[in-house]
Amino acid sequence: MDNANMKLTLKVWRQKNAQTPGKFETYKAEAISPDMSFLEMLDVVNESLTVAGQEPIHFDHDCREGICGMCSLYINGRPHGPKRAITTCQLHMRSFEDGQTITIEPWRAAPFPVLKDLAVDRSAFDRIQQAGGYISVNTGGVPDANEIAIPKVIADEAFNSATCIGCGACVAACKNASAMLFVSAKITQLGLLPQGQPERYRRAQTMVAQMDEEGFGNCTNTGACEAECPKEITLTNIATMNNDYFSAKLFRQEEVHEVQHGE
Amino acid sequence: MTLDAKVPEGPLADKWSKHKFNLKLVNPANKRKYDIIVVGTGLAGASAAASLAELGYNVKAFCFQDSPRRAHSIAAQGGINAAKNYRNDGDSVYRLFYDTIKGGDYRAREGNVYRLAENSVHIIDQCVAQGVPFAREYGGMLDNRSFGGAQVSRTFYARGQTGQQLLLGAYSALNRQIHEGKVKMYTRTEMLDVVVVDGKAQGIITRNLKTGEIDTHTGHAVLLCTGGYGNVFYLSTNAIGSNVTAAWRAHKRGAYFANPCYTQIHPTCIPVTGTHQSKLTLMSESLRNDGRVWAPKTVETAEKLRKGQLKASDIKEEDRDYFLERKYPAFGNLVPRDVASRNAKEMADEHRGVGASGFAVFLDFADAIKRLGEETVRAKYGNLFDMYIQITDENPYKQPMRIYPAVHYTMGGLWVDYNLQTTIPGLYCLGEANFSDHGANRLGASALMQGLSDGYFVIPYTLGDYLATIGPKPIDASHPAFAKTKEDTIAHINKLLALKGNKTVVEYHRELGHIMWEYCGMARTAEGLTKAKGMIAELKADFWKNAIVTGENEEINAALERAGRVADFIELGELMVDDALMRAESCGGHFRLESQTPEGEALRDDENFAFVAAWEFMGENQPERLNKEELVFENVKLTQRSYK
Repeated sequence: MDNANMKLTLKVWRQKNAQTPGKFETYKAEAISPDMSFLEMLDVVNESLTVAGQEPIHFDHDCREGICGMCSLYINGRPHGPKRAITTCQLHMRSFEDGQTITIEPWRAAPFPVLKDLAVDRSAFDRIQQAGGYISVNTGGVPDANEIAIPKVIADEAFNSATCIGCGACVAACKNASAMLFVSAKITQLGLLPQGQPERYRRAQTMVAQMDEEGFGNCTNTGACEAECPKEITLTNIATMNNDYFSAKLFRQEEVHEVQHGE
Repeated sequence: MTLDAKVPEGPLADKWSKHKFNLKLVNPANKRKYDIIVVGTGLAGASAAASLAELGYNVKAFCFQDSPRRAHSIAAQGGINAAKNYRNDGDSVYRLFYDTIKGGDYRAREGNVYRLAENSVHIIDQCVAQGVPFAREYGGMLDNRSFGGAQVSRTFYARGQTGQQLLLGAYSALNRQIHEGKVKMYTRTEMLDVVVVDGKAQGIITRNLKTGEIDTHTGHAVLLCTGGYGNVFYLSTNAIGSNVTAAWRAHKRGAYFANPCYTQIHPTCIPVTGTHQSKLTLMSESLRNDGRVWAPKTVETAEKLRKGQLKASDIKEEDRDYFLERKYPAFGNLVPRDVASRNAKEMADEHRGVGASGFAVFLDFADAIKRLGEETVRAKYGNLFDMYIQITDENPYKQPMRIYPAVHYTMGGLWVDYNLQTTIPGLYCLGEANFSDHGANRLGASALMQGLSDGYFVIPYTLGDYLATIGPKPIDASHPAFAKTKEDTIAHINKLLALKGNKTVVEYHRELGHIMWEYCGMARTAEGLTKAKGMIAELKADFWKNAIVTGENEEINAALERAGRVADFIELGELMVDDALMRAESCGGHFRLESQTPEGEALRDDENFAFVAAWEFMGENQPERLNKEELVFENVKLTQRSYK
């Protein structure tokens, strides 16, 4: 049933831990089927390394259905590899040629230190969300869901921003290691919804401040983040974030809402 | 030990509110004196951690992923049920309760299921308030769709990513509490044991997955929210990391494991294509709203399809067997998951299956595309279709999808009472990791419901009752039980690291999965299960002799993590087989060939098996002891489930 006859050469970044410098090692990947996902191809390589008494290549992965956002491979110079709008786990070997050499690296960004081999520490993303990426509501005592009418176009737009999986491809793709696409997606989602209004401007300020503190760079409007985002989050999110951020900075707090929601 | 489920007396509709009033409260000023450990940060864990922290408790939350946002709840696609009756189509709390009890083949507790249905309406309100972008209609009201096993439209959804949106909602509530300093979050940290002091759970032992450090954490109570164990089958729809380790180690410390053989097989997964496969991908059940399931009428046609001599579109209407619509006209393609799965397997068994392997049937959208237009179908299911294209390289807008059943959700888990407490006082279990609400079968859109019901709306009340009883005295980490449990954990890790054989842990996992699927999967016999028992025992012995575990403890070591989990899966597999062997009846997706109706439908045996099987660990390599919780039905009449 398996048509496992592809042979590939892999150049893989190996790094023991954050303190040790890393380097590329070359491996052969054999008996690869075009139906395998990229991660399954690495599984096969790891099985043979293990049997040969060598240490398997470490990489982050979990759901393997394109939604958990854990996989983070930089393949032939692109986050998540050559195809548009997918994660690494949804990339299949049929996207490569037999005999091809593939270079695999971890995300490269100062706020994402390498933990081991291809795995990086993305906890900076969590800290940004913790700075304000939420609506402050306690469990219980909330109104009936249909008491908050939300136009379908707004709900759909909020959903589009909410689909961000926090993988960090936007940061990896950006020459400035900017996290603006990630941060703006949450700001936009919550800022669009009526429930998100009370904290809208405060949220933009606290999240942007945390983003800066983590050491992410600024946006250059190059659009690499949008091009490489597996969930097709758009640059307009960044525009929305800037709008909310500057509104909050330029006006006194009580004026902000009037400016935004008045005429 | 008598199993006291603690389901309150009185009329069904009053049980929960009466119980809430009767539960003891913790004084607000005292809440900050209690430390609560929450293991796992999926829907159940994140919602519980956030809600308890909001109340004022100090929470320590743990997950093995790099962020709580990666928990496998994120992958749920279709939706979440709520008895809102926004549609005016006759839905009610009682109807959701009734559908769930019936769908679970009368192997769940009435009281728990009713409470779940009651809480369902609050869950939707809560999530909307958090900013979860559910699908809306043009008038601004929430949209619904229908799901298998129900004749009303009660499923709320966020495109095909409902689990993601609900989890991100719970994650944001959790983040808020982390920011407030009420939750201390430990990521990349795996729980390896529970510490039991004088019969009560008072802490856990963890391994830091970055440094290998083995740590002890104390708490007045421990909540396990660690998800299901479907990966015992190797191939399943679960994330690769999903495992049973925390629950299994708790079981070995005294928590009973209930109904381990209850595994839900989901009917609409992308079929297996080769041995390299690491997981199976689900196609949301919502697709059955518009997709029609069929197989060729004859074996000859099926054979030509398998060989690629014919395409699905070449098959004339009269040569197709829309078997679900034919056999179950009232529910058609929306029959519950166990019925749909069993019928697909029947097609394969009759050699009418399609795809290269013959283990698939078609899910066809041609009619829906004709009726609604491709654009509408794309708007409803686009992301699912895209995923199908990525994986199979086939276009479901042109050719029907190929689907086949796969292991999805486990209804068994740690036994808990109505308060979600296990048989170890102070140890609680929430969400998929417990056994309580689904019975022998889980209807669609009810997993998300249970995770959030437990986390947001049950545990915040029931935990207080226990905490008020034990009092806010600090937990003493110098008790010898802490040191002893830590030593045991280190010894277990060293035993694994000493395995320098010739076979990888993944190979053992794959073999275990084959045994489980073949003999303890969709169809079972006493003979097959007996055979499986022997095979697992051999596999286990071989594992502890010939497995390879590379690397050391003091570093990131995925091989070590996997080895520990597979070792636990092997032990769980033994118990699942014992449980399945004991249960000589068919119920839910658990089809005992010896127990079927003349029409070939699953035949329950209520006289002998209307109980929860709660297994008690009796020591290494000892047979476990069976304890029974008889199920009492005061409100529903046990009838043969029929969807005809």
